[in-house]
Amino acid sequence: MSNDILVITEHMDGKFSDVSFEMVGKAKELANALGGQAVAVVVGGGVSSNVFASDSTIHIDDAALSNFNPEAYGKVIEALVKEKSPKVVMFGWTVTGMDVAAWLSARMGAPCVAYAKDVRTEGGALMVSSQAYGGKLMAEVAPEGDMAIVACLAGSFPVEAGQGSTAATTIASPVDLGSLKVKFTEAIKPAGGDVDITAQAKLVSIGRGIGGKENVELAEELAKALGATVSASRPVVDAGWLPRTRQVGKSGLKVKPKLYFMLGISGAPEHLEGMKSAELIIAINTDKKAPIFNVAHYGATADLFEVAEAMLELL
Amino acid sequence: MNIVVAIKHIPSIADDLPVKGVNVDFDSVDFVLNEFDEQSIEQAVLVKEAVGGTVTVVGVDLIGELDAVLHLALAKGADKAVKITGDDPAADSHQQAKWLSEAIKGMSADIVFAGVQASNDLDGQIGAMIAAYLDMPYIGGVSSVEVSGNTATVNKEFAGGVGAKYEAALPMVVGVQAASKPPRYAPISKVRQIAQSATIEKVAPTGEASAGITFKKMAPPVAAGHAEMIEGSSKEVAAKIVELLKSKGLA
Repeated sequence: MSNDILVITEHMDGKFSDVSFEMVGKAKELANALGGQAVAVVVGGGVSSNVFASDSTIHIDDAALSNFNPEAYGKVIEALVKEKSPKVVMFGWTVTGMDVAAWLSARMGAPCVAYAKDVRTEGGALMVSSQAYGGKLMAEVAPEGDMAIVACLAGSFPVEAGQGSTAATTIASPVDLGSLKVKFTEAIKPAGGDVDITAQAKLVSIGRGIGGKENVELAEELAKALGATVSASRPVVDAGWLPRTRQVGKSGLKVKPKLYFMLGISGAPEHLEGMKSAELIIAINTDKKAPIFNVAHYGATADLFEVAEAMLELL
Repeated sequence: MNIVVAIKHIPSIADDLPVKGVNVDFDSVDFVLNEFDEQSIEQAVLVKEAVGGTVTVVGVDLIGELDAVLHLALAKGADKAVKITGDDPAADSHQQAKWLSEAIKGMSADIVFAGVQASNDLDGQIGAMIAAYLDMPYIGGVSSVEVSGNTATVNKEFAGGVGAKYEAALPMVVGVQAASKPPRYAPISKVRQIAQSATIEKVAPTGEASAGITFKKMAPPVAAGHAEMIEGSSKEVAAKIVELLKSKGLA
């Protein structure tokens, strides 16, 4: 058993995601406090891995890892974790990290804390802040045992602290990847033909509070009057009320408009990931305790339909 | 084809979440079906409609109110409903996943569906854990599933429409982000009729697992800031917003 912190980094199209650097920066802090090393782990090829401020970087390259494959990545990470016996394994609570973190936890019988906003030591013991319940509650939890898996929300730590130029050591896969049950077959590109919401200066964004497909028209009228485009949170898109090209958030697009006008979006961490850098955020929601009011610049606890209709009369 | 859907009954986040001690006050919250499970049930029924088979929905009955959720699942096209009598509203994801895995072992599942995540997944999601406990491959973030013979073809979403297609040898566990079609509506009359006639199989919980975490504190997040709240009637709010937007050259 060591006091090392392993950071499972993520990359796509030759570029590391911000959360990778964020976690490396946090890992350095933890490693200092625990007397261990911050180790960046890069799985898969097609990326230059000498970019972290880690104490060391391990790059595992194999043809079977050239595209994300949850089964292959899981096996490789499990083998590495068993070999290194770290104190903490950090994942991003992302579309790829989520496939492996809880799986590894169940496989190894090690605790897992998801939705992590902070990781620190208190009196030599690990403490994790988890922003669960759609951002409505923050839990402070202490993982038990020798090793903890922590899955971090993107945007929780500064990116810069993890950036550096530590030379990576490339190794072959520690496990046989010859008989996988899961095979990557092809990449899926976004469907074209719709407006690009990331390029819009103003967005009127609707959430579950819009209530039904028949009410989307009201948001569209308001958007038209403001010279804006309609975007949405995930539930609206999953319900089929707007196409996936309009989705803002973790599994959607990241936007940074001058105006982000929100109707009926509560502000779960997954949505905030996609829009919190907008220049002006105004949120209308009937729930005065909606987490969005901790992020928006202006807010009103009101009926979104009444406000939208009254605005239309004035515009 | 034996299609299994593992569901989670979770505290509703639509309302306030009162805290008691260092956890949610489970006695004073409403429990609802995890929203991603609605997608997962739909995807399972779509696969059944495409290739035939049986959809079994299984969940842990944490507070003795799971029947209503199971009746809804049956009304939406599931064929069988199973409840594990867990009776512990604080059962974590690890414990629920273990109970579910033990129950699923006897079902000869060809494919297991679960919602990709739930808002109370403090210790991770049950889908990935069920896969680990049953030694099946797992793919989460899935937005469509097609089954042909012993192979599933799934689309996994990364972000913004970018994704990847995978083929997996069955059996496997799929974490559903969104079904390939929006979930169907079940009329209340049909749900009522099913509630009268349906049989829900009861299974005792077996197996033990734990998140391995100790709760120290739970509270609403301390916000770094708060929105400046615009007060007044809806008309007044609208007028103030329009004025604000005009002052910033945004309207």
